[in-house]
Amino acid sequence: MKNRKELTYMDSVHRDGTIWNITVMMILFAFPVVVGIIFSALPDWAGVGKGLIATAPMYWAVGVIETITYIPMLGAGGSYLSFVTGNISNLKLPCALNALENADVKAQSEEGEIISTIAIAVSSIVTTLIIIVGVILIVPLTPLLSSEILAPAFDQMLPALFGGLGVVFVSKNFKLAIAPVLLMLVLFVFVPALNAGTVGIMVPIGVVFTIIYARIMYKKGWL
Amino acid sequence: MEFSVNHPILFLLVGIVISVVLAQSVYFLVKSVRRAKQKGMDMKKIKKTIITAAIFTIAPAVSIVIAIISLSQSLGLALPWLRLSVVGSLSYEAIAASNAASGMGMKLSDLVGNMSASAYLTITIVMTLSIMVGIWLVPLLAKRIQSGLVSFEKKDKKWSDLLQNALFIGMISAFVGYVFCDIGRLWQSENGVFVNSDGEMFSSTSGLIPVFVMIAAALVMVLCGALMKLLKWKWLNDYALPLSMVLGMASAIPLTAILGG
Repeated sequence: MKNRKELTYMDSVHRDGTIWNITVMMILFAFPVVVGIIFSALPDWAGVGKGLIATAPMYWAVGVIETITYIPMLGAGGSYLSFVTGNISNLKLPCALNALENADVKAQSEEGEIISTIAIAVSSIVTTLIIIVGVILIVPLTPLLSSEILAPAFDQMLPALFGGLGVVFVSKNFKLAIAPVLLMLVLFVFVPALNAGTVGIMVPIGVVFTIIYARIMYKKGWL
Repeated sequence: MEFSVNHPILFLLVGIVISVVLAQSVYFLVKSVRRAKQKGMDMKKIKKTIITAAIFTIAPAVSIVIAIISLSQSLGLALPWLRLSVVGSLSYEAIAASNAASGMGMKLSDLVGNMSASAYLTITIVMTLSIMVGIWLVPLLAKRIQSGLVSFEKKDKKWSDLLQNALFIGMISAFVGYVFCDIGRLWQSENGVFVNSDGEMFSSTSGLIPVFVMIAAALVMVLCGALMKLLKWKWLNDYALPLSMVLGMASAIPLTAILGG
Protein backbone atom coordinates (compact mmCIF):
# COMPACT_ATOMS: atom_id res chain seq x y z
CA MET A 1 0.00 0.00 0.00
CA LYS A 2 1.28 3.47 -0.83
CA ASN A 3 1.87 5.75 2.12
CA ARG A 4 1.36 9.50 2.01
CA LYS A 5 4.92 10.25 0.85
CA GLU A 6 4.68 7.82 -2.09
CA LEU A 7 1.52 9.37 -3.52
CA THR A 8 2.13 10.92 -6.91
CA TYR A 9 0.76 14.39 -7.62
CA MET A 10 -2.02 12.87 -9.73
CA ASP A 11 -2.90 10.38 -6.98
CA SER A 12 -3.21 13.26 -4.53
CA VAL A 13 -5.45 15.18 -6.97
CA HIS A 14 -7.80 12.18 -7.17
CA ARG A 15 -7.77 11.65 -3.39
CA ASP A 16 -8.39 15.34 -2.58
CA GLY A 17 -10.96 15.71 -5.36
CA THR A 18 -12.92 12.72 -4.08
CA ILE A 19 -12.95 14.10 -0.52
CA TRP A 20 -14.05 17.55 -1.70
CA ASN A 21 -16.77 16.28 -4.04
CA ILE A 22 -18.26 13.94 -1.45
CA THR A 23 -18.18 16.76 1.12
CA VAL A 24 -19.97 19.17 -1.24
CA MET A 25 -22.52 16.48 -2.14
CA MET A 26 -23.33 15.89 1.52
CA ILE A 27 -23.65 19.63 2.18
CA LEU A 28 -25.98 19.98 -0.83
CA PHE A 29 -28.16 17.17 0.56
CA ALA A 30 -28.06 18.79 3.99
CA PHE A 31 -29.45 22.10 2.68
CA PRO A 32 -33.10 20.99 2.27
CA VAL A 33 -32.89 18.94 5.50
CA VAL A 34 -31.76 21.98 7.51
CA VAL A 35 -34.34 24.25 5.82
CA GLY A 36 -37.04 21.69 6.70
CA ILE A 37 -35.93 21.53 10.35
CA ILE A 38 -35.68 25.32 10.73
CA PHE A 39 -39.10 25.99 9.21
CA SER A 40 -40.69 22.80 10.67
CA ALA A 41 -41.80 21.68 7.21
CA LEU A 42 -41.80 18.49 5.18
CA PRO A 43 -41.68 18.26 1.40
CA ASP A 44 -44.65 17.07 -0.62
CA TRP A 45 -43.29 13.54 -1.14
CA ALA A 46 -45.73 12.77 -3.96
CA GLY A 47 -44.59 15.98 -5.66
CA VAL A 48 -40.94 14.97 -5.17
CA GLY A 49 -41.65 11.55 -6.72
CA LYS A 50 -43.55 12.96 -9.70
CA GLY A 51 -41.02 15.75 -10.19
CA LEU A 52 -38.14 13.27 -10.14
CA ILE A 53 -39.83 10.87 -12.55
CA ALA A 54 -40.31 13.77 -14.98
CA THR A 55 -36.79 15.14 -14.58
CA ALA A 56 -34.25 12.66 -13.26
CA PRO A 57 -34.10 9.87 -15.90
CA MET A 58 -33.14 12.24 -18.70
CA TYR A 59 -30.81 14.38 -16.55
CA TRP A 60 -29.10 11.33 -15.08
CA ALA A 61 -28.55 9.81 -18.51
CA VAL A 62 -27.23 13.12 -19.86
CA GLY A 63 -25.15 13.56 -16.68
CA VAL A 64 -23.45 10.17 -17.13
CA ILE A 65 -22.68 10.84 -20.81
CA GLU A 66 -21.46 14.40 -20.06
CA THR A 67 -19.19 13.15 -17.29
CA ILE A 68 -17.55 10.54 -19.51
CA THR A 69 -17.22 13.04 -22.38
CA TYR A 70 -15.82 15.95 -20.39
CA ILE A 71 -13.34 14.22 -18.02
CA PRO A 72 -10.69 13.64 -20.75
CA MET A 73 -10.95 17.29 -21.82
CA LEU A 74 -11.00 18.90 -18.36
CA GLY A 75 -8.19 16.89 -16.78
CA ALA A 76 -8.42 15.42 -13.27
CA GLY A 77 -8.38 18.52 -11.03
CA GLY A 78 -10.49 20.42 -13.57
CA SER A 79 -13.11 17.64 -13.60
CA TYR A 80 -13.52 17.51 -9.81
CA LEU A 81 -13.93 21.30 -9.75
CA SER A 82 -16.09 21.69 -12.86
CA PHE A 83 -18.66 19.09 -11.89
CA VAL A 84 -19.12 20.89 -8.57
CA THR A 85 -19.27 24.43 -9.94
CA GLY A 86 -21.21 23.69 -13.15
CA ASN A 87 -21.44 25.77 -16.36
CA ILE A 88 -18.94 23.44 -18.04
CA SER A 89 -19.51 23.79 -21.78
CA ASN A 90 -20.25 27.53 -21.69
CA LEU A 91 -17.45 28.56 -19.33
CA LYS A 92 -15.09 26.09 -17.64
CA LEU A 93 -14.11 23.99 -20.66
CA PRO A 94 -13.58 26.93 -23.09
CA CYS A 95 -11.54 28.63 -20.34
CA ALA A 96 -9.35 25.53 -19.91
CA LEU A 97 -8.99 25.07 -23.69
CA ASN A 98 -7.90 28.68 -24.13
CA ALA A 99 -5.40 28.38 -21.27
CA LEU A 100 -3.89 25.17 -22.73
CA GLU A 101 -3.65 26.79 -26.15
CA ASN A 102 -2.02 29.99 -24.81
CA ALA A 103 0.41 28.08 -22.59
CA ASP A 104 1.19 25.73 -25.50
CA VAL A 105 0.99 22.58 -23.37
CA LYS A 106 -0.74 19.26 -24.04
CA ALA A 107 -3.86 18.44 -22.06
CA GLN A 108 -2.60 14.98 -21.04
CA SER A 109 0.79 16.17 -19.73
CA GLU A 110 1.21 17.11 -16.06
CA GLU A 111 1.85 20.70 -17.18
CA GLY A 112 -1.48 20.57 -19.02
CA GLU A 113 -3.18 19.19 -15.91
CA ILE A 114 -1.74 22.05 -13.84
CA ILE A 115 -2.66 24.76 -16.38
CA SER A 116 -6.25 23.54 -16.88
CA THR A 117 -6.81 23.16 -13.12
CA ILE A 118 -5.51 26.70 -12.50
CA ALA A 119 -7.73 28.13 -15.27
CA ILE A 120 -10.84 26.31 -14.03
CA ALA A 121 -10.15 27.17 -10.36
CA VAL A 122 -9.67 30.87 -11.19
CA SER A 123 -12.78 30.83 -13.37
CA SER A 124 -14.80 29.22 -10.55
CA ILE A 125 -13.56 31.74 -7.98
CA VAL A 126 -14.24 34.75 -10.25
CA THR A 127 -17.71 33.40 -11.16
CA THR A 128 -18.61 32.87 -7.51
CA LEU A 129 -17.40 36.36 -6.55
CA ILE A 130 -19.24 38.04 -9.45
CA ILE A 131 -22.42 36.17 -8.51
CA ILE A 132 -22.02 37.30 -4.87
CA VAL A 133 -21.64 40.93 -6.02
CA GLY A 134 -24.64 40.43 -8.34
CA VAL A 135 -26.78 39.05 -5.50
CA ILE A 136 -25.79 41.88 -3.13
CA LEU A 137 -26.43 44.55 -5.79
CA ILE A 138 -29.45 42.82 -7.32
CA VAL A 139 -31.77 45.81 -6.86
CA PRO A 140 -29.67 48.41 -8.72
CA LEU A 141 -28.36 45.82 -11.22
CA THR A 142 -31.68 44.28 -12.29
CA PRO A 143 -32.83 47.18 -14.53
CA LEU A 144 -29.38 47.36 -16.14
CA LEU A 145 -28.87 43.63 -16.74
CA SER A 146 -32.48 43.09 -17.78
CA SER A 147 -32.46 46.09 -20.13
CA GLU A 148 -33.74 45.47 -23.63
CA ILE A 149 -30.65 47.11 -25.11
CA LEU A 150 -28.22 44.65 -23.53
CA ALA A 151 -30.46 41.56 -23.80
CA PRO A 152 -29.42 40.66 -27.41
CA ALA A 153 -25.74 40.71 -26.38
CA PHE A 154 -26.20 38.24 -23.52
CA ASP A 155 -28.52 36.10 -25.67
CA GLN A 156 -25.64 35.63 -28.11
CA MET A 157 -22.89 34.72 -25.64
CA LEU A 158 -22.42 31.16 -26.94
CA PRO A 159 -22.13 32.07 -30.66
CA ALA A 160 -19.59 34.80 -29.72
CA LEU A 161 -17.61 32.42 -27.52
CA PHE A 162 -17.50 29.59 -30.04
CA GLY A 163 -16.77 31.99 -32.92
CA GLY A 164 -13.49 32.98 -31.25
CA LEU A 165 -12.62 29.53 -29.96
CA GLY A 166 -13.84 27.71 -33.09
CA VAL A 167 -11.76 29.70 -35.56
CA VAL A 168 -8.56 28.81 -33.65
CA PHE A 169 -9.25 25.09 -33.26
CA VAL A 170 -10.89 24.52 -36.63
CA SER A 171 -8.13 26.33 -38.53
CA LYS A 172 -5.43 24.33 -36.69
CA ASN A 173 -7.21 21.01 -37.28
CA PHE A 174 -8.98 21.73 -40.56
CA LYS A 175 -8.90 18.19 -42.02
CA LEU A 176 -10.16 16.75 -38.76
CA ALA A 177 -12.85 19.41 -38.23
CA ILE A 178 -14.48 19.58 -41.64
CA ALA A 179 -16.66 16.44 -41.39
CA PRO A 180 -17.95 16.91 -37.80
CA VAL A 181 -18.68 20.61 -38.39
CA LEU A 182 -20.59 19.81 -41.59
CA LEU A 183 -22.51 16.97 -39.90
CA MET A 184 -23.56 19.19 -36.99
CA LEU A 185 -24.49 22.02 -39.36
CA VAL A 186 -26.79 19.77 -41.36
CA LEU A 187 -28.33 18.22 -38.24
CA PHE A 188 -28.98 21.54 -36.49
CA VAL A 189 -30.39 23.20 -39.63
CA PHE A 190 -32.70 20.37 -40.68
CA VAL A 191 -33.75 18.65 -37.43
CA PRO A 192 -36.25 20.99 -35.73
CA ALA A 193 -35.83 19.32 -32.30
CA LEU A 194 -32.20 20.45 -32.16
CA ASN A 195 -31.86 23.85 -30.48
CA ALA A 196 -30.28 25.62 -27.51
CA GLY A 197 -31.93 23.15 -25.13
CA THR A 198 -30.51 20.08 -26.85
CA VAL A 199 -26.99 21.25 -27.73
CA GLY A 200 -25.64 19.58 -24.57
CA ILE A 201 -26.90 16.21 -25.80
CA MET A 202 -25.26 16.76 -29.19
CA VAL A 203 -21.79 17.30 -27.68
CA PRO A 204 -21.20 13.59 -26.93
CA ILE A 205 -22.58 12.70 -30.38
CA GLY A 206 -20.17 15.18 -31.98
CA VAL A 207 -17.29 13.82 -29.89
CA VAL A 208 -17.98 10.14 -30.71
CA PHE A 209 -18.40 10.92 -34.43
CA THR A 210 -15.14 12.92 -34.49
CA ILE A 211 -13.20 10.16 -32.70
CA ILE A 212 -14.42 7.52 -35.18
CA TYR A 213 -13.71 9.83 -38.12
CA ALA A 214 -10.25 10.65 -36.72
CA ARG A 215 -9.47 6.94 -36.25
CA ILE A 216 -10.45 6.11 -39.83
CA MET A 217 -8.42 9.05 -41.20
CA TYR A 218 -5.47 8.08 -39.01
CA LYS A 219 -5.54 4.42 -40.08
CA LYS A 220 -5.65 5.47 -43.73
CA GLY A 221 -2.73 7.84 -43.12
CA TRP A 222 -4.71 10.94 -44.09
CA LEU A 223 -3.97 12.87 -40.89
CA MET B 1 -40.68 30.47 12.06
CA GLU B 2 -42.62 31.98 9.16
CA PHE B 3 -41.23 30.98 5.77
CA SER B 4 -40.35 33.32 2.94
CA VAL B 5 -38.31 32.57 -0.21
CA ASN B 6 -36.03 35.47 0.72
CA HIS B 7 -35.73 34.69 4.45
CA PRO B 8 -32.30 35.81 5.80
CA ILE B 9 -31.64 32.29 7.14
CA LEU B 10 -31.80 30.89 3.60
CA PHE B 11 -29.11 33.36 2.53
CA LEU B 12 -26.99 32.34 5.51
CA LEU B 13 -27.31 28.62 4.63
CA VAL B 14 -26.59 29.24 0.94
CA GLY B 15 -23.62 31.41 1.96
CA ILE B 16 -22.19 28.47 3.96
CA VAL B 17 -22.55 26.03 1.02
CA ILE B 18 -20.98 28.52 -1.40
CA SER B 19 -18.09 29.17 1.02
CA VAL B 20 -17.25 25.45 0.92
CA VAL B 21 -17.35 25.42 -2.89
CA LEU B 22 -15.18 28.54 -2.98
CA ALA B 23 -12.76 26.87 -0.57
CA GLN B 24 -12.48 23.87 -2.92
CA SER B 25 -11.56 26.16 -5.84
CA VAL B 26 -8.99 28.04 -3.73
CA TYR B 27 -7.55 24.71 -2.49
CA PHE B 28 -7.05 23.38 -6.04
CA LEU B 29 -5.64 26.71 -7.21
CA VAL B 30 -3.04 26.75 -4.43
CA LYS B 31 -2.26 23.06 -4.92
CA SER B 32 -1.65 23.38 -8.65
CA VAL B 33 0.36 26.63 -8.36
CA ARG B 34 2.59 24.92 -5.76
CA ARG B 35 3.04 21.95 -8.07
CA ALA B 36 3.91 24.29 -10.95
CA LYS B 37 6.64 25.85 -8.76
CA GLN B 38 7.95 22.40 -7.76
CA LYS B 39 8.17 21.36 -11.39
CA GLY B 40 10.00 24.56 -12.26
CA MET B 41 7.31 25.74 -14.67
CA ASP B 42 7.58 29.31 -15.96
CA MET B 43 5.68 31.32 -13.33
CA LYS B 44 5.04 34.11 -15.85
CA LYS B 45 3.01 31.56 -17.81
CA ILE B 46 1.06 30.67 -14.66
CA LYS B 47 0.38 34.35 -13.91
CA LYS B 48 -0.84 34.89 -17.47
CA THR B 49 -3.12 31.84 -17.18
CA ILE B 50 -4.64 33.28 -14.01
CA ILE B 51 -5.20 36.76 -15.50
CA THR B 52 -6.64 35.44 -18.78
CA ALA B 53 -8.99 33.01 -17.02
CA ALA B 54 -10.23 35.80 -14.74
CA ILE B 55 -10.87 38.23 -17.62
CA PHE B 56 -12.45 35.56 -19.81
CA THR B 57 -14.88 34.61 -17.03
CA ILE B 58 -16.41 38.07 -16.52
CA ALA B 59 -18.95 38.09 -19.39
CA PRO B 60 -20.22 34.50 -18.86
CA ALA B 61 -20.44 35.15 -15.10
CA VAL B 62 -22.57 38.26 -15.71
CA SER B 63 -24.88 36.13 -17.87
CA ILE B 64 -25.22 33.72 -14.90
CA VAL B 65 -26.27 36.70 -12.73
CA ILE B 66 -28.94 37.46 -15.37
CA ALA B 67 -30.11 33.83 -15.12
CA ILE B 68 -30.35 34.20 -11.33
CA ILE B 69 -32.48 37.32 -11.77
CA SER B 70 -34.86 35.44 -14.08
CA LEU B 71 -35.21 32.42 -11.74
CA SER B 72 -35.51 34.64 -8.64
CA GLN B 73 -38.92 35.90 -9.76
CA SER B 74 -40.49 32.58 -8.78
CA LEU B 75 -37.96 30.99 -6.42
CA GLY B 76 -36.63 34.00 -4.51
CA LEU B 77 -32.96 34.91 -4.65
CA ALA B 78 -31.31 32.41 -2.30
CA LEU B 79 -32.13 29.14 -4.12
CA PRO B 80 -31.15 30.32 -7.65
CA TRP B 81 -27.97 31.79 -6.10
CA LEU B 82 -27.16 28.34 -4.70
CA ARG B 83 -28.17 26.31 -7.75
CA LEU B 84 -26.36 28.50 -10.30
CA SER B 85 -23.20 28.80 -8.18
CA VAL B 86 -23.07 25.03 -7.74
CA VAL B 87 -23.57 22.47 -10.52
CA GLY B 88 -26.53 23.91 -12.36
CA SER B 89 -27.34 25.98 -15.41
CA LEU B 90 -30.44 28.05 -16.13
CA SER B 91 -32.15 25.65 -18.54
CA TYR B 92 -31.65 22.57 -16.34
CA GLU B 93 -32.72 24.29 -13.13
CA ALA B 94 -35.76 26.00 -14.66
CA ILE B 95 -37.04 22.68 -16.06
CA ALA B 96 -36.40 20.81 -12.78
CA ALA B 97 -38.23 23.53 -10.79
CA SER B 98 -41.11 23.53 -13.26
CA ASN B 99 -41.41 19.71 -13.13
CA ALA B 100 -41.39 19.78 -9.31
CA ALA B 101 -44.20 22.37 -9.36
CA SER B 102 -46.15 20.19 -11.84
CA GLY B 103 -45.64 17.22 -9.50
CA MET B 104 -47.48 19.23 -6.84
CA GLY B 105 -50.27 19.97 -9.31
CA MET B 106 -49.23 23.58 -9.85
CA LYS B 107 -47.35 25.82 -12.24
CA LEU B 108 -44.18 27.55 -11.14
CA SER B 109 -45.88 30.88 -11.85
CA ASP B 110 -48.66 29.95 -9.38
CA LEU B 111 -46.05 29.93 -6.62
CA VAL B 112 -44.85 33.51 -7.15
CA GLY B 113 -45.33 35.37 -3.85
CA ASN B 114 -47.15 32.32 -2.53
CA MET B 115 -44.46 29.70 -1.88
CA SER B 116 -44.87 27.51 1.20
CA ALA B 117 -41.89 25.94 2.96
CA SER B 118 -43.14 22.52 1.82
CA ALA B 119 -43.30 23.56 -1.86
CA TYR B 120 -39.84 25.16 -1.55
CA LEU B 121 -38.42 21.93 -0.10
CA THR B 122 -40.07 19.86 -2.82
CA ILE B 123 -38.54 22.00 -5.55
CA THR B 124 -35.12 22.06 -3.84
CA ILE B 125 -35.03 18.27 -3.46
CA VAL B 126 -36.04 17.65 -7.10
CA MET B 127 -33.37 20.12 -8.31
CA THR B 128 -30.70 18.62 -6.04
CA LEU B 129 -31.37 14.96 -6.84
CA SER B 130 -31.85 15.51 -10.58
CA ILE B 131 -28.75 17.56 -11.19
CA MET B 132 -25.79 16.13 -9.34
CA VAL B 133 -24.64 13.07 -11.29
CA GLY B 134 -21.23 14.51 -12.13
CA ILE B 135 -20.33 15.29 -8.50
CA TRP B 136 -20.31 11.61 -7.46
CA LEU B 137 -19.48 10.08 -10.83
CA VAL B 138 -16.22 12.00 -11.30
CA PRO B 139 -14.62 10.39 -8.20
CA LEU B 140 -15.67 6.97 -9.56
CA LEU B 141 -14.49 7.50 -13.14
CA ALA B 142 -11.83 10.22 -13.33
CA LYS B 143 -8.87 8.09 -12.27
CA ARG B 144 -9.77 5.21 -14.61
CA ILE B 145 -10.36 7.49 -17.60
CA GLN B 146 -7.16 9.46 -16.98
CA SER B 147 -5.09 6.24 -16.59
CA GLY B 148 -6.63 4.92 -19.80
CA LEU B 149 -5.59 8.07 -21.64
CA VAL B 150 -2.05 7.87 -20.25
CA SER B 151 -1.68 4.26 -21.38
CA PHE B 152 -3.01 5.26 -24.82
CA GLU B 153 -0.27 7.90 -24.97
CA LYS B 154 2.42 5.34 -24.09
CA LYS B 155 1.20 2.94 -26.80
CA ASP B 156 0.71 5.43 -29.63
CA LYS B 157 1.59 9.07 -29.00
CA LYS B 158 0.41 10.39 -32.36
CA TRP B 159 -3.02 8.77 -31.97
CA SER B 160 -3.24 10.03 -28.39
CA ASP B 161 -2.66 13.64 -29.54
CA LEU B 162 -5.16 13.16 -32.33
CA LEU B 163 -7.72 11.73 -29.90
CA GLN B 164 -7.39 14.78 -27.66
CA ASN B 165 -7.90 17.11 -30.62
CA ALA B 166 -10.87 14.98 -31.76
CA LEU B 167 -12.51 15.44 -28.33
CA PHE B 168 -12.14 19.22 -28.51
CA ILE B 169 -13.24 19.44 -32.15
CA GLY B 170 -16.26 17.19 -31.46
CA MET B 171 -17.40 19.53 -28.68
CA ILE B 172 -16.77 22.70 -30.71
CA SER B 173 -18.54 21.25 -33.80
CA ALA B 174 -21.73 20.71 -31.77
CA PHE B 175 -21.75 24.36 -30.71
CA VAL B 176 -20.91 25.60 -34.22
CA GLY B 177 -23.88 23.55 -35.49
CA TYR B 178 -26.10 25.00 -32.76
CA VAL B 179 -25.33 28.53 -34.00
CA PHE B 180 -27.17 27.63 -37.22
CA CYS B 181 -30.20 26.01 -35.54
CA ASP B 182 -32.61 28.88 -36.25
CA ILE B 183 -31.50 29.60 -39.79
CA GLY B 184 -34.46 27.56 -41.11
CA ARG B 185 -36.69 30.50 -40.16
CA LEU B 186 -35.59 32.01 -43.48
CA TRP B 187 -37.60 29.51 -45.50
CA GLN B 188 -40.19 28.53 -42.89
CA SER B 189 -41.63 32.04 -42.46
CA GLU B 190 -44.77 33.54 -43.89
CA ASN B 191 -44.72 37.25 -44.77
CA GLY B 192 -41.39 37.62 -42.99
CA VAL B 193 -42.73 36.25 -39.69
CA PHE B 194 -41.82 32.91 -38.15
CA VAL B 195 -44.11 31.46 -35.46
CA ASN B 196 -42.66 28.67 -33.28
CA SER B 197 -44.57 25.78 -31.64
CA ASP B 198 -45.18 27.92 -28.51
CA GLY B 199 -46.78 30.66 -30.63
CA GLU B 200 -43.81 33.03 -30.20
CA MET B 201 -43.14 35.27 -33.21
CA PHE B 202 -39.75 36.02 -34.73
CA SER B 203 -38.57 37.82 -37.86
CA SER B 204 -37.55 35.48 -40.67
CA THR B 205 -33.97 36.83 -40.56
CA SER B 206 -33.58 36.49 -36.76
CA GLY B 207 -31.88 33.09 -37.21
CA LEU B 208 -29.00 34.84 -38.97
CA ILE B 209 -28.08 36.85 -35.85
CA PRO B 210 -26.08 34.08 -34.08
CA VAL B 211 -24.37 33.21 -37.38
CA PHE B 212 -23.20 36.80 -37.92
CA VAL B 213 -22.23 37.12 -34.24
CA MET B 214 -20.08 33.99 -34.57
CA ILE B 215 -18.48 35.37 -37.75
CA ALA B 216 -17.84 38.74 -36.04
CA ALA B 217 -16.14 37.04 -33.06
CA ALA B 218 -14.09 34.83 -35.41
CA LEU B 219 -12.97 37.91 -37.40
CA VAL B 220 -11.87 39.68 -34.20
CA MET B 221 -9.87 36.57 -33.27
CA VAL B 222 -8.24 36.49 -36.73
CA LEU B 223 -7.47 40.22 -36.46
CA CYS B 224 -5.86 39.66 -33.04
CA GLY B 225 -3.75 36.87 -34.56
CA ALA B 226 -2.67 39.18 -37.41
CA LEU B 227 -1.77 41.99 -34.98
CA MET B 228 0.25 39.57 -32.86
CA LYS B 229 2.24 38.48 -35.91
CA LEU B 230 2.61 41.78 -37.76
CA LEU B 231 3.15 44.16 -34.82
CA LYS B 232 4.64 41.55 -32.45
CA TRP B 233 1.92 42.33 -29.90
CA LYS B 234 2.41 39.10 -27.99
CA TRP B 235 0.51 40.45 -24.97
CA LEU B 236 -2.66 40.42 -27.06
CA ASN B 237 -2.60 36.60 -26.98
CA ASP B 238 -3.91 36.63 -23.39
CA TYR B 239 -6.84 38.90 -24.20
CA ALA B 240 -7.78 37.67 -27.68
CA LEU B 241 -10.55 35.23 -26.67
CA PRO B 242 -12.28 37.49 -24.09
CA LEU B 243 -11.99 40.41 -26.54
CA SER B 244 -13.47 38.43 -29.44
CA MET B 245 -16.29 37.18 -27.20
CA VAL B 246 -17.22 40.63 -25.86
CA LEU B 247 -17.02 42.33 -29.28
CA GLY B 248 -19.01 39.45 -30.80
CA MET B 249 -21.67 39.89 -28.12
CA ALA B 250 -21.67 43.66 -28.68
CA SER B 251 -22.23 43.10 -32.42
CA ALA B 252 -25.49 41.33 -31.52
CA ILE B 253 -27.02 44.68 -30.46
CA PRO B 254 -26.95 46.38 -33.93
CA LEU B 255 -27.48 43.01 -35.66
CA THR B 256 -30.68 42.42 -33.70
CA ALA B 257 -31.84 45.95 -34.53
CA ILE B 258 -31.24 45.32 -38.25
CA LEU B 259 -32.38 41.70 -38.58
CA GLY B 260 -35.19 41.77 -36.01
CA GLY B 261 -35.59 39.67 -32.87
